[in-house]
Amino acid sequence: MVENRRWLDILCHAVLIAGILVIAFPLYVTFVASTLTQDEILRVPMPLVPGEHFWANYSQVLAAGSHTGAAAPVGRMMLNSLVMALAIAVGKIAISIIASFAIVYFRFPLRNFFFWMIFVTLMLPVEVRIIPTFKVVADLGMLNSYVGLTLPLIASATATFLFRQFFLTVPEELAEAARIDGAGPLRFFLDVLLPLSKTSIAALFVIQFIYGWNQYLWPLLITTEESMYTTVIGIKRMITGGDALTEWNLVMATAILALLPPALVVVLMQRWFVKGLVETEK
Amino acid sequence: MEKRVVFRSAWLPYALLAPQIAVTLVFFFWPAVQAIWYSFQLQDAFGERTQFVGLANFAALFRDANYLHSFGITALFSALVAGCGIGIALLLATMANRVIRGALGYRTLLIWPYAVAPAVAGVLWAFLFAPSVGIITYALRRAGYNWDWVLQADQAMALVVIASVWKQISYNFLFFLAGLQSIPRSLIEAAAIDGAGPMRRFWTIVFPLLSPTTFFLLVVNIVYAFFDTFGVIDATTQGGPAGATQILIYKVYYDGVKAADLGGSSAQSVVLMAIVIALTAIQFRFVERKVQY
Repeated sequence: MVENRRWLDILCHAVLIAGILVIAFPLYVTFVASTLTQDEILRVPMPLVPGEHFWANYSQVLAAGSHTGAAAPVGRMMLNSLVMALAIAVGKIAISIIASFAIVYFRFPLRNFFFWMIFVTLMLPVEVRIIPTFKVVADLGMLNSYVGLTLPLIASATATFLFRQFFLTVPEELAEAARIDGAGPLRFFLDVLLPLSKTSIAALFVIQFIYGWNQYLWPLLITTEESMYTTVIGIKRMITGGDALTEWNLVMATAILALLPPALVVVLMQRWFVKGLVETEK
Repeated sequence: MEKRVVFRSAWLPYALLAPQIAVTLVFFFWPAVQAIWYSFQLQDAFGERTQFVGLANFAALFRDANYLHSFGITALFSALVAGCGIGIALLLATMANRVIRGALGYRTLLIWPYAVAPAVAGVLWAFLFAPSVGIITYALRRAGYNWDWVLQADQAMALVVIASVWKQISYNFLFFLAGLQSIPRSLIEAAAIDGAGPMRRFWTIVFPLLSPTTFFLLVVNIVYAFFDTFGVIDATTQGGPAGATQILIYKVYYDGVKAADLGGSSAQSVVLMAIVIALTAIQFRFVERKVQY
């Protein structure tokens, strides 16, 4: 600390605590609402202490969905979200790490061309090319399938960059030693490079898992069957319009279920998360 | 920077690149080319015949008052989201950088909204502000303020801005905190010895030294407001009332999916692509050179 100013310390703590309270307020109200009955919420103002219907609401949405909106069980949706998040995270890491390995450790014709080709995909976020991409996926017969949900999203310029940056910092001596010992490129990749990349892989995994879990526009377009909805889409489908018709207690229980897994990943894997976030953007 | 030691193989590098390139070609380049192609076409009402119309879709777009209005809305929306998000995050990060006790705890409690999907963030805030049952609506009414974002344009805008900023603060916060922690202690101490107070030190030393981070976050937040906030808007206002929160990306979706105007929607996609390319180019040009002071 540069100097000792008591009032400044108190101010800092006060601002931080106020910030945390404001940021946490929606989450708290959401949780409270998820433990009430619909009638209790409609009786304005709703109580601000948790009610007694926690189990009733959560088991209702997990097993059967809502009454007035989408009636698909949220348990199934969470499974879909999990499959989507894992497939995107693992897929992105897998295809990016081998692509950067090729770009860094080989010299071959068109190397730079391929590198730039991956690079420019940064400039084509899915939102910009939704309709033609949707048509491509529809033509390939991938609507309402896990492949259609995940495959179009697994190309990743950022992950390729991250691994490229990392491989460039790996000492030359390692590859040299591997070659002298007679190891081929694949052996070197599996036994030397992959173990060294663990930290980067963990960091990327956290970021991409959240990215995959939170996808919205893409699953909104390509899932028309309730059994393929992801949790985030399920919430949207439960809101039927009109405050009195929407079963807010069930919507809020689903919202908690939708945000809990990625929030836990962020909080429990905080170290990797911070590293991944800061590095993927450089 | 290049490796001196490399492996040799005529086929292996291509095989390693193949999955990434295949996905890129099928799901990125091919649709992008199609978007450009459709943007020069006009489809009849039944989708049976298409006709090449050159730049007519673009001309129609920029004559369309709704589209120009949507441009204005997007500009306002992204300025508000970036401005508020960066300002609040900078305040919190500066405070968090000063405290010693409980720093990690504060960080943990501030970063979790990053994990919340934009659509879920929208639903959370829409519930708080819901016209009849919302708890904040109730408080506002008690204070004599008539709140109903379903009908009032500026209130709908406020709602989507609040939800979008709320989700993005944690991201900005982490980058500012990293930036603040990399500022050499000696500079701050030297200024303190020269008698500069905390405010003066912040504005003359810390803030200028943070300018690369601030600039980077500005670009990222604008991109976020342009594209990622689709979920916030679709889950809350759906562009309403009367287009008051219809940002460009929502209009692409609405015109293409709901109104099935392929040519017009594709032309909008192409305009958006141009904007992303410009933003990315700006970001790389300046972030690479680390603009500052």
